[in-house]
Amino acid sequence: MSSPTNSPTQHTSTIGAIGAPSRRNTELALLVFAVVIPVFAYANVGLAINDQVPAGLLSYGLGLGLLAGVAHLGVRKFAPYADPLLLPLATLLNGLGLVCIWRLDQSKLLQSLPNFAPAAPRQLLYTALGIAMFVVVLIFLKDHRVLQRYTYISMFGALVLLILPLIPGLGANIYGAKIWINVPGLGSLQPGEFAKIVLAVFFAGYLMVKRDALALASRRFMGIYLPRGRDLGPIVVVWAISILILVFETDLGTSLLFFGMFVIMLYVATERTSWIVFGLLMSAAGAVGVASFEPHIQSRVQAWLNPLNEFKLSQAGVKDGVLHSEQLQQALWAFGSGGTLGTGWGQGHSDLIKFAANSDFILATFGEELGLAGLMAILLIYGLIVERGVRTALAARDPFGKLLAVGLSGAFALQVFVVAGGVMGLIPLTGMTMPFMAYGGSSVLANWALIGILIRISDTARRPAPAPAANPDAEMTQVVRPS
Amino acid sequence: MSELTLTVMRLGFLAVLWLFVIVAVQVIRSDLFGTRVTQRGSRRDAGRPQQTARQQTSAPPQQRAQQGGGGRRGRNAPSKLVVTEGTLTGTTVALQGQTVTLGRAHDSTIVLDDDYASSRHARIYPDRDGQWIVEDLGSTNGTYLDRSRLTTPTPIPLGAPIRIGKTVIELRK
Repeated sequence: MSSPTNSPTQHTSTIGAIGAPSRRNTELALLVFAVVIPVFAYANVGLAINDQVPAGLLSYGLGLGLLAGVAHLGVRKFAPYADPLLLPLATLLNGLGLVCIWRLDQSKLLQSLPNFAPAAPRQLLYTALGIAMFVVVLIFLKDHRVLQRYTYISMFGALVLLILPLIPGLGANIYGAKIWINVPGLGSLQPGEFAKIVLAVFFAGYLMVKRDALALASRRFMGIYLPRGRDLGPIVVVWAISILILVFETDLGTSLLFFGMFVIMLYVATERTSWIVFGLLMSAAGAVGVASFEPHIQSRVQAWLNPLNEFKLSQAGVKDGVLHSEQLQQALWAFGSGGTLGTGWGQGHSDLIKFAANSDFILATFGEELGLAGLMAILLIYGLIVERGVRTALAARDPFGKLLAVGLSGAFALQVFVVAGGVMGLIPLTGMTMPFMAYGGSSVLANWALIGILIRISDTARRPAPAPAANPDAEMTQVVRPS
Repeated sequence: MSELTLTVMRLGFLAVLWLFVIVAVQVIRSDLFGTRVTQRGSRRDAGRPQQTARQQTSAPPQQRAQQGGGGRRGRNAPSKLVVTEGTLTGTTVALQGQTVTLGRAHDSTIVLDDDYASSRHARIYPDRDGQWIVEDLGSTNGTYLDRSRLTTPTPIPLGAPIRIGKTVIELRK
């Protein structure tokens, strides 16, 4: 090798994409792990509270394992190249949520409340329905680009879903927020959770068509790009809709979610920072404006600024027309008493939050019983789901899939932020559910559908490219015939 | 249940939870996929695997040696390839130490518009001493050097006509 060689193959290297392997076995291994962890937690809760391994341990473990297995088989059959992490991460969160809800069911304090009903069996049912939803999405949504056809139908559908709770007789005002509808025989349903997905489809379809106009036709003013008035139209409309939701349904979280999702997708579609500036300014103006006259929002802001004062007013039983709630202060105490390593499963007192301890405030139980260490792990798991969603968007080849994946994972991230921030006192508390963990059928169903769509997009994105078409040069060479 | 057991379970649970997160991150790490560089010539060189492997590992030094060694080849080294017959008559290609491919395929160095040429017909490349070699790539109608049909890679004398279908090329100083 001392003398250099002239190689005939120099400069003839080609660069080709490596087809990602299917990774289904990795998914299966992680899924087993993701089922074992909640079973461990379940046994731990039983040992801590009742001094014995809970009787339902085996059936719970088998049930969760069966559900996860069905989901895994669905992915294996209908989306073989999908991302290996989304399903295990979602399963783990769902399983931990189930254990936590069961643990709160065991609380004597909560059992003594007047309208107590064990929530864990219902949540298990919702989980089963959610997994069924997930598999149904995988079966019937063969290609996410089909959704592109329903861009404007989606817009209409989302508006209908959002307006439903306002219809008299159908909508139900539960604890100050009108975001539920009563479905006879099924109980109450939160259409906003589904509207999130439908709206993401509309935004993706709309922005895919309009993104060039939004990105390029703009004037430069003071270092930022100002869009033209006619391009500003849709963002103003969405803003107005989210404000209307805020006013009529007094649901700060949902309006923040929709507007934030739209701004994220707008930014991704146009790469213009000015949209983010506009979005933040408009949402701030809208929130301040509505808060100035809406008492429900005002009380939420008061509770956020002065949780201890609200707690005292609530303990004193002050009735001044505003709902005083001790929940936020109790949640903060729960986080505090958890410390770094937590009190251990079943040994905290987060049941003092009483109402909504297993839905909006479920994170407080995790914070108290698993401590900062456990809570950070859980937030990281949420972060990983979002990361896989964005990674899917990066890998997707079609602009619609990119935008849809970004929109869905952005909505997921915003929801986690709004709930966690609210419970921890970072932002005013809004009535939203922690995805997968909190008690609530609509939330579980909608989020499993969301993961289903992400898995479908990632399957399309990671599927190895089909073999290139036959070389046009490859026609037959004529043969010289000696004559 | 004893305090100790519960403490062990509490810490054990946190450890297991974090283990899951770490395993998930490891999966992400192993999941990075991008592009792969493959040697296009590797299949044709299947009979010379050793040489191919060596070329791949030491490609950069070769290039440097070749550029620097241009002067060593002496005055009689050919500097260009000229098409003397056929539709491309008059075309010249400067020889700079890289392989010249000929054929109907669009990615050939010299694209032959000739029904009697194969899509990958022949190639001309310098060997380790700077001597230019012509090799037929299994073409349908064959490559001719002077009057003889090529069966093996053959050194090209200066000015000798290489015939491919209706096209004739030769090496010049």
